[in-house]
Amino acid sequence: MELSPELQKVIDGLKDTFESDYEVTEQYRGDTIIRVKPDHIVDICNYLKEKHHFVYLADIFGTDRFTSDDRFEVIYNIVSLKTQQRLFLKTRCEEENPHLNSVTSVWPAANWFERETYDMFGIVFENHPDLRRMFMPEDFDYHPLRKEFPLLGIPGSIELPSSTPDTE
Amino acid sequence: MGLESALGEGYLTTRIDDLVNWARSNAAWPMPMGLACCAIEMMAFAGPRYDVSRFGSEVLRFSPRQSDVMIVAGWCSYKMSHAIRRIWDQMPDPKWCIAMGACASTGGMHRCYGVVQGVDNFLPVDAYVSGCPPRPDAVLHALMKIQDKIRTEHSVLLDT
Repeated sequence: MELSPELQKVIDGLKDTFESDYEVTEQYRGDTIIRVKPDHIVDICNYLKEKHHFVYLADIFGTDRFTSDDRFEVIYNIVSLKTQQRLFLKTRCEEENPHLNSVTSVWPAANWFERETYDMFGIVFENHPDLRRMFMPEDFDYHPLRKEFPLLGIPGSIELPSSTPDTE
Repeated sequence: MGLESALGEGYLTTRIDDLVNWARSNAAWPMPMGLACCAIEMMAFAGPRYDVSRFGSEVLRFSPRQSDVMIVAGWCSYKMSHAIRRIWDQMPDPKWCIAMGACASTGGMHRCYGVVQGVDNFLPVDAYVSGCPPRPDAVLHALMKIQDKIRTEHSVLLDT
């Protein structure tokens, strides 16, 4: 499929500005996916926002690819309201101590998205203003969307309220 | 105008249990614990078409201190379970509980790590209602079952 001229311009600009970080562009069912190296993710996002008007961060989510290297993937779903283009920006991080830089400085909306990704996959976003769990209890020890986590959870890992009333 | 005119100079005798049970069973005020889509059916159950006021339960109080029957409508997450239990503990005795719908009864289709597999894991449930969501008349049926239960309660058991 042909890339739209607007997206072609974005990819060319990204290739020129971040030559060593750019990896590959894929297309799938009308969506354009650009994969970059994780090290300068904040600069790349800032560049896309400032130079190509990707002002709307629709979502950030993770995937567990369950591979031995670069196990986790983080996907940024961004939209340019000026050119009406949607772009998926992907980056990968390793299994041991997965971490990425937070893009909350670029899009404040990233705050909760990154908290959710941290909650579900355990990917630590550095320089995040408030990296707490989003859905699971604070004292929960696991990351439920990782592939090794059982569907029904780990018995006893989340406390239920006491079902016997206080004796007083 | 009421009973007095029918009785004339006479009087009625009854047992205090029967009187109390009659009063309780016809004024079982629900505590609507609407957690998900079942709550919509619970509103229909309280609304004019199904009209729960026929059974004396039209007073849906959002205050646990004024209610007798908790209707848990919808799926309950582990995080929510603590809040529900706290509300349940604030309801004055005697109190009853309806688990409305598949999710509240068993976890339903939410067979996963975040959802309690049935609110009976932390609440003493009196009536379970099947359905996803149940029709309002099914909830009425559960309420009638609870009324039956109330009417057979004894405060003092005869030891014969």
